[in-house]
Amino acid sequence: MTKYFANRSKRKNAAEIALFVAAILAAILFILPTILTISNSFMSKTEINANYGAMISNAQQSGSMWGSGVQEESKQRIFISKDLNLKLIPDMVSFKQYITVLFMSPEYLLKFWNSVILTVPITVFQILLAAVTSYGFSRYKGKARAVIFFVYVILMLMPYQVTLVPNFMVSKWLNILETRWAIILPGIFSPFSIYLLTKTMRRIPTALYEAAKLDGCNEVQIFLHIVMPLTKNAMLSVGLLVFIDNWNMVEQPLILLKKQEMYPLSVLLSQINSGDVELAFAVAVIYMVPALLLFLYGEEYLLEGVSYSGGVKG
Amino acid sequence: MNKANSKLPQRIFQEVKEWSWLIPSLAGVLVFYVIPFCVVIYYSVLDNPIFKRFVGLNNFLSLFKNESFLTACKNTAIFTVIAVPLSVVLALFIAMALEAKIPGKSLIRTCFLCPMMVPIASVVLVWQVIFHMHGSLNQFIGMFGAQPVDWLKSSWSYMVLTIMFLWKTLGYNMILFMSALGGIPKDILEVASLEGASPAYTFFHIKLRYLSPTILFVTILSVMSSFKMFREVYLLTGDYPSPNVYLLQHFMNNTFNSLDYQKLSSAAVLLAVLMAVIMGVLFFLERKLGEDVEE
Repeated sequence: MTKYFANRSKRKNAAEIALFVAAILAAILFILPTILTISNSFMSKTEINANYGAMISNAQQSGSMWGSGVQEESKQRIFISKDLNLKLIPDMVSFKQYITVLFMSPEYLLKFWNSVILTVPITVFQILLAAVTSYGFSRYKGKARAVIFFVYVILMLMPYQVTLVPNFMVSKWLNILETRWAIILPGIFSPFSIYLLTKTMRRIPTALYEAAKLDGCNEVQIFLHIVMPLTKNAMLSVGLLVFIDNWNMVEQPLILLKKQEMYPLSVLLSQINSGDVELAFAVAVIYMVPALLLFLYGEEYLLEGVSYSGGVKG
Repeated sequence: MNKANSKLPQRIFQEVKEWSWLIPSLAGVLVFYVIPFCVVIYYSVLDNPIFKRFVGLNNFLSLFKNESFLTACKNTAIFTVIAVPLSVVLALFIAMALEAKIPGKSLIRTCFLCPMMVPIASVVLVWQVIFHMHGSLNQFIGMFGAQPVDWLKSSWSYMVLTIMFLWKTLGYNMILFMSALGGIPKDILEVASLEGASPAYTFFHIKLRYLSPTILFVTILSVMSSFKMFREVYLLTGDYPSPNVYLLQHFMNNTFNSLDYQKLSSAAVLLAVLMAVIMGVLFFLERKLGEDVEE
């Protein structure tokens, strides 16, 4: 009997070790592209060119240079620029790219600022508006509200390209086309965070509202003093999601803004490859920093997800 | 009679109070999404925006004969049908695996979550290097004597897309499942194990029931992110990628750029109808599955 249990726990241990190893390997795979981007940003121009030269020339000559059989067959390292060498550790750490990006060429910082003034207002106002709206959706029931909520979910799921024509037309009517408002205003009214926050608020037990009412709270007070504090973490977590989504924006500026100098960094990064590749990784890292900082700071809120975390169990 | 009359204003007041929470958002959504979308529907049955001749469903019919539209539909459908369920199932699997006691669990979790927060434009460079014709992956399989594959331009591009999608979405989906798994009442699981229920039985008859709202939720979010994969494809391959990853979003972007509003409008309407139907089915399923589990 004891032997059986010993065996069993041994087997269980083995399974746990296997699971642990698998989890570690998977975790490394998941973090690797990020690490690579960061470590590559410290490579000097010559090193980047040696490692990724083929990619650049391919991009410029659509690969015809390297199509010939001789070079294709020989798998030796003589053709330094033929194969791309993804390397984790730079041969020599260089900060020159960072200096160039941060101090020598104002273009990148300007684009970074463009990203900020598009993303921050959208995030802040979308969350505030969503809090109010979600309260309306979760506090009161009714057929009409259910239908509207369903419409919101469908709107949320639409790829941006579906709302692109509507967006374009409205900006034209409101005379805000080619200004930042054309991106910010629709962004604020995007139903995404309403969907998430309503899900959270619906979990607040009705008894809590009743109790607050008995204590003489009106609806605004209930919202401000009970619902807001209870869903603060969910709001922060949704805020992170909205921020990263908009920090990544690509489609809107391409269509709604014509002036290149108003483009956010995300769009610029996609066009950087052909030119200053040695700067690309450094710019990518600088672009990554705010998102990563927010993530590290707000990870616990994300972990809670959108689950309702009040003192009272529903 | 008198009583009913005095109650009526009160009821109206109450209604106004209830709706006033929604008004700011409703106004914005109407102005920026709904009303313009009605105009899009209107455009989709006209022959062109200047003469405004009603042509019924002709635009839709010609869309179904459009080669690139059909390709785009096929690619988007295949990608969504493969990638979304895969992400949901894998995330649930990892979440359950991580329920076990493992040292360094929170660090592992952070690693899984990280891709979600890394801007696409930043990591696109690394993806490019990996999946390039002369990139790392081809060098790796070359060591085993395999022929190099043009990952981004052959039929493998689906796989590349799916990998990037999983890389991005698994972490957050996993988190959502973890918190849902934590929410299953412990006593029910205990009773089940006391009664000698097998792990499979517990999973299919108890856990899955409690998880069904989360599964729907995760599916919805994943469908949404699957549409956003266009950004990755766009950043990797530009406006005209290989026909294998030519997505609906490419089609719509390109028709927008060529100012073909009829085609674009009818495609948008079709997509909206399709989404509504899919969502309707999903909500119906959730109601059916989660019926006897109070949330």
